[in-house]
Amino acid sequence: MTFRRYLVLGVITITASCGDTFLSRGMKSLGPVSLAHPTALIHAIFSPWVASGIVLLIGFFASYLTALSWADLTYVLPASSLGYVIMTLLARFWLHEKVSPLRWLGVVFITAGVGFVTRGPSYTDHGSHTAPVRAEGLAAVEPAIEEVRQ
Amino acid sequence: MTHPNAILATAAMIGSIVLWATAGDILTASAMRQLGDLDVIRERSGIWGAAVAVVTNGRFGLGVVCLALSFFSLLFAFSHRDLSLIGPAATSLTFVTNALAAKFFLHENVDHRRWTAAIFVCVGVALLAF
Repeated sequence: MTFRRYLVLGVITITASCGDTFLSRGMKSLGPVSLAHPTALIHAIFSPWVASGIVLLIGFFASYLTALSWADLTYVLPASSLGYVIMTLLARFWLHEKVSPLRWLGVVFITAGVGFVTRGPSYTDHGSHTAPVRAEGLAAVEPAIEEVRQ
Repeated sequence: MTHPNAILATAAMIGSIVLWATAGDILTASAMRQLGDLDVIRERSGIWGAAVAVVTNGRFGLGVVCLALSFFSLLFAFSHRDLSLIGPAATSLTFVTNALAAKFFLHENVDHRRWTAAIFVCVGVALLAF
């Protein structure tokens, strides 16, 4: 794991938590959506909070896909869950909200979970046929192929 | 919220989010594994080459459809229930269902370390609701 890859996990963490908060804020301002009028969900997309949330979640999705191309799903998901810890710290120290002892315990559990997973390997190697190895292998032999062509 | 129908409706909303999110995560992860390291693809074909490789992958398309269904289930649930209930419940359950699905469908090496991490994060996210 390089510094750049940890940075990608950081971007996933921040954009996911902020995106969900923006969506919640936008949907609360629109009021309950009835099953009889599902098109209201389409209209909701154009409200400023929901639209901003969607932009952040697009950033999250791009970083998430990048991470999945070099790490396992069971590595990326727990490793990027630090967003909940960041949100709780912001709620306590920036918004001055009251955070219950159980929530602090939740923060401890998440931090421990992230610690566990990030100390292990990030990718399951299924042998020489796996995609990353194949991609790197192709990159390595491409100059030789070019030489033969010339 | 103590009415049985209300509890059932909440469970159905959470279940729908978890089901579509897990299917979407597994399909997109499978697509990315099939494509290989995006950094390598980007170095060779540029950012648009990498984007085209991702967008034209069939599993990725199916995964996006599942994630979109999960997203609309989430929006629907947010409009009826609190974020503090729906967010942690759906997210924490998704950690466990994803670990199970990744082991069986993606054949990932979900060892004791990863199970411990998934369960710790699941419990931690659930505790944030209190």
